Amino acid sequence: METVPKAPVVIAEKALHTLVCELQSAGYRVIGPTLRDQAIIYDEIDSVADLPQGWTDEQQPGSYRVAKRPDMALFGYTVGPHSWKKFLHPPRLRLWQASRTGNEVSFSHDETPSQKYAFLGVRSCELHAIAIQDQVFLQAGHEDVGYRQRRDDSFIIALNCSEAGGTCFCASMKTGPQATNSFDLALTELLSEDRHEFLVEIGSQAGADLMHGIASREASAGDLETAEKLLAQTAANMGRHLDTQGLKERLQENPEHRRWDEVAARCLSCSNCTLVCPTCFCTSVEDTADLAGDTAERWRRWDSCFNGEFSYIHGGSVRSSTKSRYRQWLTHKLAHWVDQFGSSGCVGCGRCISWCPTGIDITEEAAAIGSAASPPEDAS
Amino acid sequence: MKDLTELLRQHPFTAGLDDEIINLIAGCASNVVFQANDYIFREGGNAEHFHLIRHGTVALEMKAPGREALSFLTIKDGDMLGSNWLVPPYRWSFDARAVELTRAVAFEATCLRTKCDADHHVGYEMMKRFVPPLLERLQIARFQGADIYSA
Amino acid sequence: MNTPLDPMMPRFLPLQRRIRETADVLSLVAEPLEGEEMPTFLPGQFNMLYAFGVGEVPISISGDPQERGHLVHTIRDVGAVSHALLQLKRNEPLGIRGPFGKPWPLDQARGADILLIAGGIGLAPLRPVIYHLLAQRESYGRIALLYGARNPADLLYHKELERWRRVPDFQVRVTVDHAGREWLGDVGVVTRLLPKIRLDPADTVVMLCGPEIMIRFSTLALLDMGMSTKQLYVSMERNMKCAIGSCGHCQFGPHFICKDGPVFRYDRVEALLKQDEI
Repeated sequence: METVPKAPVVIAEKALHTLVCELQSAGYRVIGPTLRDQAIIYDEIDSVADLPQGWTDEQQPGSYRVAKRPDMALFGYTVGPHSWKKFLHPPRLRLWQASRTGNEVSFSHDETPSQKYAFLGVRSCELHAIAIQDQVFLQAGHEDVGYRQRRDDSFIIALNCSEAGGTCFCASMKTGPQATNSFDLALTELLSEDRHEFLVEIGSQAGADLMHGIASREASAGDLETAEKLLAQTAANMGRHLDTQGLKERLQENPEHRRWDEVAARCLSCSNCTLVCPTCFCTSVEDTADLAGDTAERWRRWDSCFNGEFSYIHGGSVRSSTKSRYRQWLTHKLAHWVDQFGSSGCVGCGRCISWCPTGIDITEEAAAIGSAASPPEDAS
Repeated sequence: MKDLTELLRQHPFTAGLDDEIINLIAGCASNVVFQANDYIFREGGNAEHFHLIRHGTVALEMKAPGREALSFLTIKDGDMLGSNWLVPPYRWSFDARAVELTRAVAFEATCLRTKCDADHHVGYEMMKRFVPPLLERLQIARFQGADIYSA
Repeated sequence: MNTPLDPMMPRFLPLQRRIRETADVLSLVAEPLEGEEMPTFLPGQFNMLYAFGVGEVPISISGDPQERGHLVHTIRDVGAVSHALLQLKRNEPLGIRGPFGKPWPLDQARGADILLIAGGIGLAPLRPVIYHLLAQRESYGRIALLYGARNPADLLYHKELERWRRVPDFQVRVTVDHAGREWLGDVGVVTRLLPKIRLDPADTVVMLCGPEIMIRFSTLALLDMGMSTKQLYVSMERNMKCAIGSCGHCQFGPHFICKDGPVFRYDRVEALLKQDEI
């Protein structure tokens, strides 16, 4: 997205409602945070009323709880079990259907029109996660056509985080808390006893066009300063920290570190971390046929390096131990990713920490295996 | 016909070995020729000789009822054949069959053992030459046992 | 119908011929559709072969890269998909996506001696190299093939092996793990054949394809001969689903076997091959 230089504006809380309506009339399905089953998830919202106003979340390793806030903040929480990848990179997707008559095979494309999504409340870490998945699915020569369509059609309203969660470490990964690029609009919630407004930064022509229909005023120096302070405070209050200096090399050089065995003793190989991770992209392909064998379909579904069959080659799984699977995940995420796609695969969102049933903390494991202070490889 | 010590000197087995030792062991050696399908030794037989192959091919074989003989290693020019003569009970544990016309130098085992016992330097020099092919064959047996091509 | 832009969509080619190679290995020969040309490929590249409704597997192309009239894959019956592929009858459609992957370094190897070391089904991905070397014999130095298999019945391409043996300036040595009396060749492992071939270790490019155990012990023997890891190239195998580097399955350390490989210069994978469960 090209950056459109346009001064930030301030809108009232109520104007957010108008913004959602404008998006809907422009044909977008507006997706935003909403409270369901004791968690804040991402789903289609009809209006601002669907947002979890006055709610927050409390996150620690292996723990996620929603709680009431003392105020009526609309975005007073961090990230939940969902990420935007479920819309851009759907968990199950039919790639094609084919039918066979004699020795002739013909394909039928799915004719369902592409969904235009507007994502409301995309955190900076999540913007980076989307950019990271772009690297995977939009590789030159092998572009994922459907992904390209969904990306091009999406409208992104970013959100600057006013608070950091207990498992957040975007400041360490340099992926937040401030949304700095790749958005159409970016909001900062300005909430105090006597005001509830949003600072709006405009990141694209589409964003600028949308703002034409919204009542706003030019942001004052004071508004900008308030927003800046909020972000500085968020950055200073990260629940977790990860030292990335030399991390890649040390992870790649320590495949036999004792810590892999220790973490494997706690890891259930359940794949929760890969499902909640906003960058994990691995998929499997399933080919199916009807009983007569005349029509066939190809589906793509999320897969996980924690699954046994993930590394199956005739004869067995290459990575049969939990140790090797955890090592694959962590080393890929924090080290090999850099070789493959030019950046870390971790954006510091903390989901894998909160949603691990045994509370394994990626920052703790990475520090134990990859920090300068880690013990040398066993000499035996 | 070439002098035996000359034949020995040309064989890779004696590389780096002093002439003195070559002359000494040549006293236990004789030049032998096997025709195709001759058995050089049979499983269970007394291991009274060992051979340095000069030219030809020898198949090491095992037999099982109802199956044809199974070759598990071929021994060729420059190789050493047979090691059961080294240690009691001096008994061959497989068959060795010449696959084609094969020329070799045969050593009388008792003679060689006596010389090695009498002079441990000679014994050690010989042992240094027996061990590498034994280790190599042990490793080959491991690979074969793992059936690596099936995966 | 058969011009998919989507890299996940196979094209279908009619099966022209099935060639039985061993008890559980067949070569499938597909022909282009009328009026269409066969896609070109480089030796070492692979295709994703699709059995209608059953699934897809990566299979190296084993035919002649110069031969545009048909496309050959040599397949071992090891799983549900390969089994279904091998049931295909003449004129039935064979689904193909590809070709994918990095080829053997034939251009870089021009002028050098070439040593091919193949084990078992690993001769299949090297056969296009042999066709290329024989077609452009004058561009290379001495060439040699060492081929190891479990037993004589498991040797691929019997007749061609016999033909290659008779090619002057092509050193072909075959060894098996076990053999009966009818086998007059070598019994043992491929490294036992190394002392028998003539080449200049300082100016040789080696291409290895076979079980990883064979690759590891062969490379050790080659290094003992004075070669460097940068002269050695290996073809790797892992689970593959997409073949375009986006499904994650074939990762081998930092590499995607499907697009960074399957052929790797040995120094790039040496450390990884020594680790368990990478």
